Amino acid sequence: MTLTALAITAMIKVIVIISVALLGVAYSTYLERRLLGILQHRIGPIYAGPYGLLQPIADAVKLIFKEDFIPDNVERVTYTLAPVIMFIPALLTFAVIPVGDTITIMGHEIELVISDLNIGILYVFAITSLGVYGIVLAGWSSGSKYSLLGGIRSSAQMISYEIAYGLSIIGVVLLAGTLSLQELVAQQESFFSWYVFRQPVAFILFVVCAVAETNRAPFDLPEAEAELVAGYLTEYSSMKYAMFFMGEYANMLAVSSVATTIFLGGWQGPFLPPVLWFVIKVFLCMCVYIWIRATLPRFRYDQLMNFGWKVLFPLALLNTMVTALIKVL
Amino acid sequence: MSEQVQERRTMNLNMGPQHPATHGVLRVELELEGETVVKATPHIGYLHTGIEKTAESKLYYKVIPMTDRMDYLAPMSNNLGYCLAVEKLMNIEVPDKVKFARVCLTELTRLKSHLVWIGTHAMDIGALSMSLYSFRERESVIDVYEAVSGQRMMSTFFRIGGLAQELPGDFDKLVRKAVKDIRHGMIDYERLLNDNKIFRIRTINVAKISAEDAINCGLTGPCLRGSGVNYDVRKTNPYSGYDKFDFEVPLGKNGDVYDRFLVRCEEMKQSLRIVEQALDGMPEGPYRAHVPGVVLPPKEDVLSKMESLIFHFKIITEGFKPPRGAVYQAIEAPKGELGFYISSDGTNKPHRMRVRPPSFVNLSTLPKMVEGGLVADVIAAIGSIDIVLGEVDR
Repeated sequence: MTLTALAITAMIKVIVIISVALLGVAYSTYLERRLLGILQHRIGPIYAGPYGLLQPIADAVKLIFKEDFIPDNVERVTYTLAPVIMFIPALLTFAVIPVGDTITIMGHEIELVISDLNIGILYVFAITSLGVYGIVLAGWSSGSKYSLLGGIRSSAQMISYEIAYGLSIIGVVLLAGTLSLQELVAQQESFFSWYVFRQPVAFILFVVCAVAETNRAPFDLPEAEAELVAGYLTEYSSMKYAMFFMGEYANMLAVSSVATTIFLGGWQGPFLPPVLWFVIKVFLCMCVYIWIRATLPRFRYDQLMNFGWKVLFPLALLNTMVTALIKVL
Repeated sequence: MSEQVQERRTMNLNMGPQHPATHGVLRVELELEGETVVKATPHIGYLHTGIEKTAESKLYYKVIPMTDRMDYLAPMSNNLGYCLAVEKLMNIEVPDKVKFARVCLTELTRLKSHLVWIGTHAMDIGALSMSLYSFRERESVIDVYEAVSGQRMMSTFFRIGGLAQELPGDFDKLVRKAVKDIRHGMIDYERLLNDNKIFRIRTINVAKISAEDAINCGLTGPCLRGSGVNYDVRKTNPYSGYDKFDFEVPLGKNGDVYDRFLVRCEEMKQSLRIVEQALDGMPEGPYRAHVPGVVLPPKEDVLSKMESLIFHFKIITEGFKPPRGAVYQAIEAPKGELGFYISSDGTNKPHRMRVRPPSFVNLSTLPKMVEGGLVADVIAAIGSIDIVLGEVDR
């Protein structure tokens, strides 16, 4: 492949993946509202378009036309940057997620991943943990006490799950002997070679930490509606507010994709095309997220720190150790 | 200046009056050190309605609709408290059927109030689906309200000396449906909350209050019983025939949020039992006492008999004049002891009406419960006290 062709295919892949991801973000909100509605014995949005399918677009239009109100006592630069910091890293994660097998178009072999980075896992974890700075900065720069408490909670939360989050994956990496996501998927060809079966403890740890990572119930302390009145979001309006939401859903999608890739065999699956398998698995992960939200109460933030340090962290260490021992023996 | 900054290590946070978890317009001024509450001061008065004062310029029977608006989650309990107080003042004995119907309806009211409580309390703690589940069951109680009084919320169904009208024909069927629905729903709630690890760590040993403190603060109702004090007006000073019913008074031990939760859940089950007993034992008879000049005569008589028509006209226009004196009548409302003190000067309007609202007294224990806890505990505590601001400020 010539350099030009490479550049063009890369460009096309970036555009396609980003637009699909954004569409996914928009429809995650729809999925959340509908599924949560069903779980809670109500209907959810049904009026905008058939089955309410135009609801995300209506929401977006509404938010764009809202007044972008900035309170007087905010730190303007960080206040404006915070939503961006929250949103962009979540999108960047998709750069290394393989969504399907290699396909051939016009004689060119094209890998369905923007970049098959050889340190893909490391990249994913580095990028996703950036998102939390958006929340911390938003809380700090809003100049509101509720937001400040939200920001403080977020940083407390970050230091308690981030280590366990990183360690949870070490077991898989030890077994796989690679950090490339593409190779990881290749190793999970048969159903029982999925890492969810080979590393069940790691999977559970990963799921718990991932929920904390994305600030979702029961770990949604920074925005705890009932306590902090939306916490770090309190002072935001219009598109800045929407950016936080897009960030949250993009994060959920990203983490679901990572979980799919690392533990659930990525795009591997029989009969259906690989891309479809990938989408189905991510969809199911998203449903689990929403299901958890509909069921569980919220942690208190000291309890979350206890949980992170006294349960998750030792468990992750233990899992790593046991895996290492098995590997050596 | 720098000295001042060093001295002051706390932050003041206004929780409310517009806050999703303060159940209306309660404002709690919190002094925080980090997220630890050093001092909590509840501020009230944002929903002041002047019901007590207005009552002084109303005929006795015209006060009843206003009592609905105090604890708007339990209108029939308020009606009952007021009607019993006036009946005591006038020495009116109501027929058995009225007693049974009142017990049945007020216990349904207790269930209705507790259903709202369980939903909002759980939602504050983060289990947001609970509120929708409990409101679903509450709907069947509201259907009973609608059938008996035509109103879904502000029913104003009880009258001095009886009920507003005869119970509808499908009363029995509707109430049994409500009982069945709630009993079924309770299984879900307990499965979702009782053994939920997160719910337990959020509530056990949180916002504790000792039995001694609880008594000294005047705490009543489920909150007091959560601390292990056996005090229930239905048992200690039975009214409206409660002594004929078989039910238990559930007690807690620790006086924390979880115990108050369990007490209320158990209380709901006992209420269901009482409702069923009331239905099974409902006697036949008139729905109003026969007290000419005080209690309205039946509508048929008004249309056919001269005396009844005159009484009807006189009661509606002039009201009635109780003897001089004062009475205090307490009932066990869903939130605690609801007392009505009415002082009469012999005219057709109350000289003074004073309500002992359980929410107001219970709210005064909030600082004791939350100081030393975290912000999240304040929310759990407010939910567990179960206040209604309409009653606090009345």
